[in-house]
Amino acid sequence: MKNHERPFNVRDCALVSLATGLRAHNLREFQDGLLRAPESSIYHHFWGRFLQPRFDEPEYNNDFAAWAYRGLHEKALAERLSVLDPTEFEDIESLRQEVLERVEERLDENEFVPWARSDQIFFFTRSQIIVLDTGHVLHHPSELADTLPEMALGSVFYHFIDARRRTQERIDDFTAWLEGWGEEFMPLCQRIMTVDPYFSSLKEIRSELAEIFRTFFGGGGR
Amino acid sequence: MNQLLQQYGEITGPEVISHLQQLAESLQGMKVVHVNSTRLGGGVAEILHKLVPMMNSLGLNAEWRVIEGNPDFFNCTKGFHNALQGFRTVIPESLLQVYETVNRENAEELRPVLEDADVVFIHDPQPAALIKWIENRKGKWVWRCHIDCSRPYRPVWKYIRNYVKDFDASIFSLAQFAQPLPHPQYLIAPSIDPISEKNVELPQDEVMAVFEQFGMDPELPLVLQVSRFDRFKDPIGVIEAYRIAKKVIPLQLVLAGGTATDDPEGEAVLEEVERASAGDPDIHILLLPPDAHRTINALQRAADIVLQKSIKEGFGLTVTEAMWKGKPVIGGDTGGIRLQVIDHYTGFRVRTPEGAALRIRYLLHHRERLNEMGELAKRLVKENFLLTRHLMEYLALMISLVKGFEDRIDVSE
Repeated sequence: MKNHERPFNVRDCALVSLATGLRAHNLREFQDGLLRAPESSIYHHFWGRFLQPRFDEPEYNNDFAAWAYRGLHEKALAERLSVLDPTEFEDIESLRQEVLERVEERLDENEFVPWARSDQIFFFTRSQIIVLDTGHVLHHPSELADTLPEMALGSVFYHFIDARRRTQERIDDFTAWLEGWGEEFMPLCQRIMTVDPYFSSLKEIRSELAEIFRTFFGGGGR
Repeated sequence: MNQLLQQYGEITGPEVISHLQQLAESLQGMKVVHVNSTRLGGGVAEILHKLVPMMNSLGLNAEWRVIEGNPDFFNCTKGFHNALQGFRTVIPESLLQVYETVNRENAEELRPVLEDADVVFIHDPQPAALIKWIENRKGKWVWRCHIDCSRPYRPVWKYIRNYVKDFDASIFSLAQFAQPLPHPQYLIAPSIDPISEKNVELPQDEVMAVFEQFGMDPELPLVLQVSRFDRFKDPIGVIEAYRIAKKVIPLQLVLAGGTATDDPEGEAVLEEVERASAGDPDIHILLLPPDAHRTINALQRAADIVLQKSIKEGFGLTVTEAMWKGKPVIGGDTGGIRLQVIDHYTGFRVRTPEGAALRIRYLLHHRERLNEMGELAKRLVKENFLLTRHLMEYLALMISLVKGFEDRIDVSE
């Protein structure tokens, strides 16, 4: 089916968190937890902040880095973990390996195993993602320009972030759909690629995408 | 759109309501029963007052039942509460017998409703033993624990666990509260209701009226702690913090609390607080009835700084309420307060009366920081801790219970 015959079904999603029973009192236990945690837990600690109740972390972009700093007072490790961009990894397993690599590197550097106070234990948590139908169907890329500014944040997460884990091509759903519309929309795809999915909030991502679409369609892109 | 949903939509934005409706789509007509032990007083009852009508507005068939108990029963469950929060509490066998008898009697009363329900939410330990006497359960049973049981007193937890293990799932407010159990453990933070009497916007004259009503000085900075008179809330530590801060900055303190029908210790703690504050005209101890929601709302809005200096805290809904009103909170470094009071952003977390006093002085000296933190606090609550988010997670959990525990559940097809 050609893309102009294939509509874009806008989905939404919700996350629900579950305890895994894994916990870490020190960096060695954290290493062990990383090895044993399900993939959905690694995913949760990198991406969960987007849809879960928590403060927009002002310093560290993932829970592992935040705990390394707050729980272990290991600033060097926190810095090394905080720059990890999960979108640069092929899959969650590769990301897990990289986190482990950095933890092991720090363990090798230290003469003792950094530990956390008993009330600063790290708890490995996992997420379930529930995918919903909004009932909103788009038939032409220009409709995204009208839809994006008001799009639910869950929809932005599902189509722009979750898609990279879910699809074989590891790209966002907008780009995947636009690519099927031919050369005309390639400049738009390239601009979408400049939006950083990780180091922004969902609101910022939505706003950047909306601006790109507005400029493309409003500025005579077609 | 239903009027109740519309009211919430005006605060959260219509997309939040639309999200709830999508989630509820696959749960239409589902029979949901919530059971707890008090209809008035305490955070659980306040949440259920709105959560249940909201579920019904979204097309579910939800109801709320309250178990009946006697003083011995509530003494026993207060003991459970203390023990789950880590206090060594020995509960006599005779009281455990009362606990079981009361639950058995309530099970008989509620049997038709509970047997027929698709999902039953049992709140806290008081009605947990109902499960033992409802053998023909048609639906899924979920134990919702609102208490910080990160380090429970083991003998009592072992007793309660014996009932809890038979549930299909449990819910804890934070990951650190979860205990090893043979079923999935969901993590759901509680919430406040922005359109309730306790949180709704008030006219300025109504806010200012509390100064006259309670003999307070409108010219003096006001530091407030709203909580039950309970040792875990450390009201004596609050008075100590106030006394230290007052040495260098004039201020007044209000300790506003009530007692819940399931808390027999309240009076004893109140007496201790009265003794500790004796002779200071700037300490106001207000014993408010459980329905004084509007008065508490006005006090929180009248305050300059809100304290919640708990030693142990489940979540700390009074913290959420104060932050919703744009107040920075100085809170104990414990439990759910950590999720809300982000040190140096939405308030300060402290471990001692001295720490609380230091932060009171800082905020009263730096009014611009006080206002900035208050604004951040309000935004944090709006985006994360309103009833709509709480309901969203309950609905997501129910979908998960029905569809299974895989990482991805697609109900869009």
